[in-house]
Amino acid sequence: MSDQKKIDNNKRDFVALTASAVAGVGAASAVIPFVKSMNPAKDVQALASIEVNISGLEPGDEMKVKWRGKPVFIKRRTEAELQTARSVSLDELPDPETDSDRVKSGKEEFLVVLGVCTHLGCVPLGKGSGEYDAWFCPCHGSHYDVSGRIRKGPAPKNLLVPEYSFVNDDIIKIG
Amino acid sequence: MLTKFLKISLLLVLTSNNVFAAGDAEPLIKRIWQFEGVKGSIDKRSAQRGFQVYKEVCASCHSLKRVYFRNLAEIGFNEAEIKSLAATYQITDGPDESGDMYERAGRASDKFPMPYPNENAARAANGGAYPPDLSLIVKARPDGANYLYSLLNGYRNPPESLNLGDGMYYNIYYPGKQIAMPSPLSDGLVEYADNTNATIDQMSVDLVNFLQWTAEPEMEARNRMGIKVILFLIAFTILFYIAKKRIWSDVE
Amino acid sequence: MSKNSKIPPLKLGPVSGWIDERLPVFSYVYEHLGQYRTPKNLSYFWNFGSLAGIALVIQIVTGIFLAMHYTPHADHAFDSVEHIMRDVNYGWLIRYLHAVGASMFFVVVYAHIARGLFFGSYKKPREIIWFLGIFIFLAMMATAFMGYVLPWGQMSFWGATVITNLFSAIPLIGDSIVTWLWGGYSVDNPTLNRFFALHYLLPFIIVGIVILHIIALHIPGSSNPTGVEIKTEKDTIPFHPYYTIKDLFGLGVFLVIFMYFVFFKPNALGHPDNYIPANPLVTPAHIVPEWYFLPFYAILRAVPDKLGGVIAMFGAIAILFLLPWLDKSKTHSGYYRPIFKWFYVLFILNVVLLGYLGAKPAEGIYVIASRISTLYYFAYFLAILPLINKYEKPLALPKSIDENYKAKHQ
Repeated sequence: MSDQKKIDNNKRDFVALTASAVAGVGAASAVIPFVKSMNPAKDVQALASIEVNISGLEPGDEMKVKWRGKPVFIKRRTEAELQTARSVSLDELPDPETDSDRVKSGKEEFLVVLGVCTHLGCVPLGKGSGEYDAWFCPCHGSHYDVSGRIRKGPAPKNLLVPEYSFVNDDIIKIG
Repeated sequence: MLTKFLKISLLLVLTSNNVFAAGDAEPLIKRIWQFEGVKGSIDKRSAQRGFQVYKEVCASCHSLKRVYFRNLAEIGFNEAEIKSLAATYQITDGPDESGDMYERAGRASDKFPMPYPNENAARAANGGAYPPDLSLIVKARPDGANYLYSLLNGYRNPPESLNLGDGMYYNIYYPGKQIAMPSPLSDGLVEYADNTNATIDQMSVDLVNFLQWTAEPEMEARNRMGIKVILFLIAFTILFYIAKKRIWSDVE
Repeated sequence: MSKNSKIPPLKLGPVSGWIDERLPVFSYVYEHLGQYRTPKNLSYFWNFGSLAGIALVIQIVTGIFLAMHYTPHADHAFDSVEHIMRDVNYGWLIRYLHAVGASMFFVVVYAHIARGLFFGSYKKPREIIWFLGIFIFLAMMATAFMGYVLPWGQMSFWGATVITNLFSAIPLIGDSIVTWLWGGYSVDNPTLNRFFALHYLLPFIIVGIVILHIIALHIPGSSNPTGVEIKTEKDTIPFHPYYTIKDLFGLGVFLVIFMYFVFFKPNALGHPDNYIPANPLVTPAHIVPEWYFLPFYAILRAVPDKLGGVIAMFGAIAILFLLPWLDKSKTHSGYYRPIFKWFYVLFILNVVLLGYLGAKPAEGIYVIASRISTLYYFAYFLAILPLINKYEKPLALPKSIDENYKAKHQ
């Protein structure tokens, strides 16, 4: 191969390489918006956090709200229920967790948990159901206590506590 | 080449407004808008004033049902302002546990509520005419921005010869020239929060800026991305032209 | 495959070799894309085929992503499109790519057809490539028509009503066919739903026909601007890298124009009335189809009889099937046919005129002009082309592609 042809070939390779790199960058940038379009849309994101008015909850009351398409139980425990919840020894619990770890300090009477059974996802029955007078999942017989902890049955974990905070005494923001 | 020329001339013919021109329409007043052109952007202060005009003048009859309160952040309202604005509206929600619909204060995630529950109610309240939803109105009319501006400034006394229908008004820019809406704007009708003088001209400019935003909220992002994309593609094309010439240099 | 008899063998590594032995994907791409012997004198008119393929892929990809968010129900369709425009991340971009992309697809295909008409690409032995192309075009029109209905705007609804009503012109069974098409007694939700299903399906059928179109092409190989067939290997060059790079350059030009419309004039090729939700009780002042249908719409309206108009409109496409027998000139390329060349230019200008007239109201001078234009359209195929063949003295053809290329690149 003559020197001129070698130079031309090298030039051509360089040009071809640069051109392919540019095309590659273009193609990759074109893919990004399509991938992003599958992320939650803005109207779904707007409902990612909700504010719930709990001023009507008396001790012993329980309410159910919808958050991100799933039920959330908000329970205001009575003094007696709080005592029961705190006195449980951690050895008895399949998923050991103290009640105080599952509530906000200063607002311990309020329990906020995701109403989705940690076994296979059914919504447990509330209002004092089951052997621990709180929640009972009818699908496969999981029993949860007044702290939303699993006590008996196939569910492996306690009812999930979502991210939440007290905006003021009457309103909590979930998510 | 000939076909390229024909292709381009075809595109030019079709992208001019000739294709959809009506018969004896009054030529529209053409203004220069900040949102026009490759570098177009929304004049946010004007859009905020336009929102005030919509809220105080138009909203009693015209819905804006595709806009959410949270969208107002795009024209410069902050989260607190949006929250308190939304809360001034009553939104129908429900059914509650007894099966009834109820009213609650609006939230940022709600849409602007409609002044009438449905189209029939709207027509009944307006002599059979339906005040159209305004969210998309700028895109739903040929040369929408200039059309809207002209319309708002187009009310005149009807000519002697014309027999004006019952409940109709004379507007030189409306197709057919008779419109069921009375002139909605008058000087000083709105007291602008920023103390701008509220002439008909000012209010119509502000309203058009606002409604342009409601129709195309993505416009600024689209323009910005467009400039980047086209510059990249021009560079890409030039690069590939050079590559083509190089690679073809050895063909005999 | 005689064109490809002397290609250097493909060397594959262990993994690609294992795959290729069982499913020859690599050797196939190498033979039919990489080493495909192509005339070396192709002009930029030959770029439009690959551009059409790319436009098809763009429509399919953007369409699938739109379908993730669109609701094909009369009560929700318009709102779901606005949801895409306002709430879905980059939804406005995907929507505008798809809407403008449909127009760009037709621009490119019309240029591709214009190439075929000028250079005699429909002549022996390429008749079936031509027929497959017409089927692709018909499928594209059906797809585009149904796609335009999906946003459920005023033009969507009324365009669907006007065009489906055409089938009632068929004698005896016309009305039953229309009811069957509609799934009801007017264009309504059942119509929308089935149009969505078919709009999603048809592009994949188009892909199948495109594959056949390319297979059929690779038998004789590509034609070229002289219309003289490949004689020796000196007439050809391998597709890669020469035409891959040329197609990429063409792609760049295409994308610049495409993206200009997407980002800065996304609604220029559409109609404002389609931003008004469909209303069965209010007809728009001027029902206008999308620009790529306008010539056919003009032909439809030019004939005063309803059935006659329908026949003329479909006839305008059907007549393309007869081209290989209407134009039997032995000289393929318009460059060497001095009389044909000018009638061809007139034909193209006439089609543009028909397009312009299709958007005008059917009144006054526009009616007369449409009739004359329609007459010329059919006369070109049925009378002019056969006659030209009889009386034309074609120019002397170059002896070979090689000679033509060398003459042009002194």
